[in-house]
Amino acid sequence: MIKRFLPNTFIVAALAMLFPFAGTADVPLPVINEPEGEDVECVEPEDDMTRNHMNYILHQRDETMHRGIRTSRHSFAECIDCHVQPDEQGNIASIDSNEHFCRTCHEYSAVTIDCFDCHADRPQEFIEREKPADHPPVSLQQQVHQLLSATEPTAGDSK
Amino acid sequence: MSDAVNHSRRSFLEKTAAVGAITIAPGIMLHQVASAKPDDQPVTDAVRWGMLINTNKCEDGCTDCVDACNAEHGLVGNNRPETDTQYIRKVTLREKQTGHELSLPLMCQHCETAPCVDVCPTGASFKRKDGIALVDKHICIGCRYCMMACPFKARSFVHEQVRNQTLSAPRGKGTVESCTMCVHRVDKAQVPACVEACTQGEHHAFIFGDLNDPNSEISQELAKHGGKQIRADLKLNTGVRYQGI
Repeated sequence: MIKRFLPNTFIVAALAMLFPFAGTADVPLPVINEPEGEDVECVEPEDDMTRNHMNYILHQRDETMHRGIRTSRHSFAECIDCHVQPDEQGNIASIDSNEHFCRTCHEYSAVTIDCFDCHADRPQEFIEREKPADHPPVSLQQQVHQLLSATEPTAGDSK
Repeated sequence: MSDAVNHSRRSFLEKTAAVGAITIAPGIMLHQVASAKPDDQPVTDAVRWGMLINTNKCEDGCTDCVDACNAEHGLVGNNRPETDTQYIRKVTLREKQTGHELSLPLMCQHCETAPCVDVCPTGASFKRKDGIALVDKHICIGCRYCMMACPFKARSFVHEQVRNQTLSAPRGKGTVESCTMCVHRVDKAQVPACVEACTQGEHHAFIFGDLNDPNSEISQELAKHGGKQIRADLKLNTGVRYQGI
């Protein structure tokens, strides 16, 4: 056991001597934009939120989904509304950018979040949504109708 | 949770009910359904939401309800009709003998004994106490058993990554989805988007309301003129009923 363990320890020690600051230099600290305004306070104390936000939103998730409770205190949408806001230049970070409020910390702590696979990552007024009217989902029946009407002989063809 | 009576809330409710009565008096109640549930209260089985669709008033070729649904839930097509999500489909039926055609919107029928709920291995398909059948996408594993079990072909699977979702309709790749009876609107005492669009378009084919309340418009209409369930032989007690089929 010790024999197997020792060589690894040497390698780690050697690497640590070679790159003394490797651990800190490679991972930039998260950039957290505080919500603007003097009286703005989070729904729970900041240290509590840092540690327990996932429990609050998980609890609220089940309450809303299954029981229809729609209070705003621990609502995910409220988090986004307050924490994801445009900067001074008017740019707002989407979840694809590592400046997004959630992503910046989650990337630092290497914790994957899948909330935004389904949920909106920005307040609604900042989402440029592709209008469904431009690309409506087409049903098979509609497509068959379209194909049939396209292949029907027109008046000009019948001579 | 405390069961103690909250007197300030009770007085608020009484006042709200009084205001509601005044609003109802002129008979203009387009966006509101009678009972507004307080945000902090869970839904109960005292109500059962349902829809009644009069196919005689549903025009062939009109897609007001479908368009409103697509806009409400941010449903965008990828030009792949076999797999694109549809919450409502317009279906045209033709009787061979007479040639009589009728057009109707078909969506999740919100069955009381829903086959999708029966077959779901994770409990993601579930019924809310007020009768609305939903998919909890947080625990849906995308197995699609519910899609196979549904006799109405009401459910769709999200095959592709979704971005820019609407606030009230989170949806993403790898999960199954279907008509939610606009649960986010119903909880705010609004009617579903399809019903609103049909009413605004002056078609009035939809009636939305509480099937448990004998005085609601939908129950009165059902009592007076009746309404059929699609595939009534399956004894699913659907929440969506049709007239004229």
